[in-house]
Amino acid sequence: MKFTWFNLMPWPYLPDDFREKNRSVWVDIDQSLFDPEKSHAVYNTYMDLLEYAGTVGFDGIGVNEHHQNGYGIMPSPNIIAAGLARRTKDVGLVVLGNSIALYNPPVRVAEEFAMLDCISGGRLVAGFPVGTSMDTNYCYGQIPALTREKYQEAHDLIMRAWHEREPFAFNGRYNKLRHVNIWPRPIQQPNPPIHIPGGGSVETYDFCIDNTYSYSYLSFSGYLRAKALMQGYWDRVAARNAPDSSPYRAGFAQTICVAETDEEAERLYSEHISYFYNRCLHVYPGFADAPGYRTIKTIQTGALSQYAPPRGGYTQLTWKDLTEQGHVIAGSPETVRQRMEDLIKGLHVGNIFCLMHVGNMPADKCMYSTKLFAEKVMPKLRNMFPDYADDDRFWCKPMAGRVSAGALPSEREAALVGAKA
Amino acid sequence: MELKTIQTHHVPVRYLEGGSGQPVVFLHGAGGLTAEDPFVARLAESFHVYAPFLPGYGDSEECPSLRDMLDFTLHSWDVVDALGVKDPILVGHSMGGMIAAEMAAVAPHDVSRLVLLCPSGLWLDDHPIPDIFATLPFEMPALLFHDVAAGQAMMTAGLAVDDPGFLQTYLVTNARQLGMAGKILFPIPERGLAERLYRVKAKTLLVWGDSDKLIPPVYAQEFKHRIAGAQLVSVPEAGHMIHWEKTRECVEAVKRLA
Repeated sequence: MKFTWFNLMPWPYLPDDFREKNRSVWVDIDQSLFDPEKSHAVYNTYMDLLEYAGTVGFDGIGVNEHHQNGYGIMPSPNIIAAGLARRTKDVGLVVLGNSIALYNPPVRVAEEFAMLDCISGGRLVAGFPVGTSMDTNYCYGQIPALTREKYQEAHDLIMRAWHEREPFAFNGRYNKLRHVNIWPRPIQQPNPPIHIPGGGSVETYDFCIDNTYSYSYLSFSGYLRAKALMQGYWDRVAARNAPDSSPYRAGFAQTICVAETDEEAERLYSEHISYFYNRCLHVYPGFADAPGYRTIKTIQTGALSQYAPPRGGYTQLTWKDLTEQGHVIAGSPETVRQRMEDLIKGLHVGNIFCLMHVGNMPADKCMYSTKLFAEKVMPKLRNMFPDYADDDRFWCKPMAGRVSAGALPSEREAALVGAKA
Repeated sequence: MELKTIQTHHVPVRYLEGGSGQPVVFLHGAGGLTAEDPFVARLAESFHVYAPFLPGYGDSEECPSLRDMLDFTLHSWDVVDALGVKDPILVGHSMGGMIAAEMAAVAPHDVSRLVLLCPSGLWLDDHPIPDIFATLPFEMPALLFHDVAAGQAMMTAGLAVDDPGFLQTYLVTNARQLGMAGKILFPIPERGLAERLYRVKAKTLLVWGDSDKLIPPVYAQEFKHRIAGAQLVSVPEAGHMIHWEKTRECVEAVKRLA
């Protein structure tokens, strides 16, 4: 199993009446709700928490990309990952990911991911999302019906940029480049492992299967609701005659809160869970799916937007509803272990993106929950798929002999350079 | 009106044909076209009307190889050529008006009469056009009609809103139609037409509703200013769906060019 500690980086100061007074947490969210000076501490705490998770046994620490979004103040995950690369040692850096259709030209992603891989000593796990419609179409202006074609071209260009050893010309529809020749290139060969976040598009299933990429379903609605979608993926894996059905071909994001007892979990975390599900997911439905963003085939399979709230909206869901319906896995270590086992077996997933910082959760509670999960839950889940214990195709392979940050010679040694010469 | 199919270079194109007299080609807006369209029916009482569906609209085949404004413009000329009509009166509503204006700009000697019903295609920073791609269905009538209640009734007539399959059918239709329209309208319905309008040689009539809330009448002035000799017919008590709300006035405008 690979456990990645994930932080969406929500803005923790959305007012109590956010939902009543605002139409959306995303795209056209009120500028006045962001306070740059407060964000200084928010960002640094969030990065500290990611670094902390890197010291307690998680395989990876994860960041992602959202734009104009009150629950994800991370338009550039690469900036965060660069900071983490310097301050962590062995943990995987899971950048899930860069919305590659948005970078102009997309060789920028090939370059930045290469930089992250080089700085971290081969610890990068690279994600290539198409990007949500909110980010890609409404914030970044990509034409919905052309987004997938542009994404495909960006993917092809990045992979060639990583793989080829001679400068080449790339005559794409969206990118015309005479001299592609990225410098640096990644440590991991032929390329860092690639995870593709998807929301039920058949095309994305096939893309992952055909390229041996891991398919990740980054849902907030929990594992019980994800069964149909993930089963669709595994059915497709079988239908396309993939050589194996390794659980590492898939990943799933799950909100998790651990305490000593179930009651303590509710007492400690319910307000933060409520903050996330009631305020942070308040997205104006007009931004949920630009027409043309999803293919007809996908709409016909009934895989509608995960951002369309459940009937009646999240407001009416209590702690009990959210935990019983599996949006949230919360409780004592034993409760969480049981439910995680159900998740892992039920969805057949080897990569778990643990959403352990939730909403406006303060650092101490987040550390408490994180440590309990790392010490009392994670070890018991490690060996869920012994048949695939050797499958390393979907995880990073750090180089041997990595250096540490801050390994400069002392000033005294430096002062002697002149004398030596 | 008869629903027919004609082969073009890219795809088979579905079109409505009816009436007799001088040929008129009508290009529909982003909302699409149905065989029951009141404007097309009324137009066919005086003209030989051809109303092609843009690929993806109605039951017509999609065409992924049409991606940008030039593709749309040339495809629309392909359709006119395939129909075998020479110098028809070219009429376009909204997005169709944008395409018609482009057609007249790229081939100024092939079209001598142009009727633009509240066309899109220009953008004024001081008068931003609402984002139809972020507008929920129930919010549309207020943008599209002078008489909102009557407009809502027109938009929902014949729709089985309570049918369990309705949502999926609606989403597929929307994805096909607005997905296609988005190629020239998303996120800003402007693709450089302003720089090309000087080429239009056709005698041009602009028809605009005084209460158009989607593309406000200030855009009529902008089109008039940019197309040499263009005349403007302003219609009171008409919104963006002017050809539904004031069908007779729109047909009269076309007749003025006949």
